[in-house]
Amino acid sequence: MSILSGKKVIIIGDRDGIPGPAIEECAKTAGAEVVFSSTECFV
Amino acid sequence: MNSVIKGAGYVLVHAPDMVLHAGTTQTTEKIVNPDSEYLKELPNHIRSYEDVVAYMPNQTYIGNMTPEELAEHEQPWVGKNMENAQRYGKFGEIMPQDEFLVLMQVCDVFELVYLDKEFVSATKDKLAADPVIGEDIMAKVAEGIDGAEIKRLVDEEHAEPLYHMGNLVGCVKRAHDVDVNLSAHVMFENIACKASSVLALLHAVKAAGIDKADVEYVIDCAEEACGDMNQRGGGNFAKAAAEVAGLVNASGSDLRGFCAAPAHAMIEAASLVKAGSYKTVIVTAGGCTAKLGMNGKDHVKKGLPAIEDVLGGFAVVISANDGVNPEINLDMLGRHCVGTGSAPQNVIGSLVAAPLAKGGLKITDVDKYSPEMQNPDITKPAGAGDVPLANYKMIGALAVKNGELDKKELASFPAKHGLVGWAPTQGHIPSGAPYIGFAREDILAGKINRAMIIGKGSLFLGRMTNLFDGVSFTIQPNSGAQAEEGVSEEKVKGLIAKAMKEFAETLMADADAE
Repeated sequence: MSILSGKKVIIIGDRDGIPGPAIEECAKTAGAEVVFSSTECFV
Repeated sequence: MNSVIKGAGYVLVHAPDMVLHAGTTQTTEKIVNPDSEYLKELPNHIRSYEDVVAYMPNQTYIGNMTPEELAEHEQPWVGKNMENAQRYGKFGEIMPQDEFLVLMQVCDVFELVYLDKEFVSATKDKLAADPVIGEDIMAKVAEGIDGAEIKRLVDEEHAEPLYHMGNLVGCVKRAHDVDVNLSAHVMFENIACKASSVLALLHAVKAAGIDKADVEYVIDCAEEACGDMNQRGGGNFAKAAAEVAGLVNASGSDLRGFCAAPAHAMIEAASLVKAGSYKTVIVTAGGCTAKLGMNGKDHVKKGLPAIEDVLGGFAVVISANDGVNPEINLDMLGRHCVGTGSAPQNVIGSLVAAPLAKGGLKITDVDKYSPEMQNPDITKPAGAGDVPLANYKMIGALAVKNGELDKKELASFPAKHGLVGWAPTQGHIPSGAPYIGFAREDILAGKINRAMIIGKGSLFLGRMTNLFDGVSFTIQPNSGAQAEEGVSEEKVKGLIAKAMKEFAETLMADADAE
């Protein structure tokens, strides 16, 4: 059982790191419910 | 023949009062939390012009220090001033705020920028002493108006105040009563962007050693938009800046794509020149007042100066192949497509590995990569990490994944194929572009053989798409000159062989005759 299984997840990705959609795919595979996902630019 | 990079100009403008009054972090705070400790504390963290000039990343930006020399100094660099730092460098200059305000007035052709006449009188000779500021520009400096009238325009006519050292020295009037696109604040942002682009253009022309009349086209790749309520981004910064810079034979257009725009513009310029549409094109960009002090809260919290205190600008001259200068290779362009996806390996794959594969090259065949070149002094205290280093780690990791680099060499990949970041967080300014001037010099000097410029853009900030964007191109030595040398050598060999053959035939003929 994944630690994310059945959990609601808020994702903030980084343009120069791991973008939101990529984290989203991983989180979904781990059984999470993605309630918000966004990629931000910090520069 | 590929087009070549003939020269580049890089300029910074010290803008301490604009940090306080125009940076969006500060203007937002004034609205939502006007009595905040941050707003009270920030003025104590503003750097002097002398400190800004002596700041090593700034000296690197204008070419007085190489990225390699900067890397020899331990980070953080803030507080470790360079001795004998100069305002002018081989690529450009660091202009003080007072002179820049006069340059903004010169760049206003709609009687919107008004300066205090005493301020103009005290500043204009300083601006005139700038080697790239000619009499044509100084002739446009207005005498100025009374300080009381400036105060009235700010208090009663919605004008945007212009401060220097805390004093009200001028204002920008609104260009329309109702249209928000022509408001005083938007006009201020746009004229500041235009003026810093003009300064970059002037330095690029000087650095490239070309005549202003040679420039046929200018592409502006900054991030502001000029237009009115009927066409918000109508343009055209490029032609407007070219006019002030005296590029009389130039037309131009604006290209936008957030931070990826400079790389897009370079590819477009190189293509226009290679196609023969224009012989000389300049890619230019002015700075962004909104981003001044963007990470100021973190800098102040950590007791640092507000390091984001400069506007940035750059301009690159691209011209027809002269047989000498480094070429832009248009056969190996990287492109993040709509269908590429956002996983880091897809992004780096599309921008780095895929274009190199087109040329039969490996990731390790590129000597230096220039992706996002943000100064880590700015980003690390704000929690955004070392952005160039993060990019190099991803490029190196992809090289390992592709079997082109031994995993043991991954740790040394950033130092070998990368650079430390030295650019201010001015959006499009750090995106690949800061290294173009050094890349040209390093290739000409034979220090490196190939550089890749990578531009990445956060399209999602415009709320039109969730997509990210990016393009890349490589710079290489001038193949025309090499080819000519090769052909020349071959030709000499051929001539000798032909002469020897003819001589031998003559001898044989003589022998037969005997």
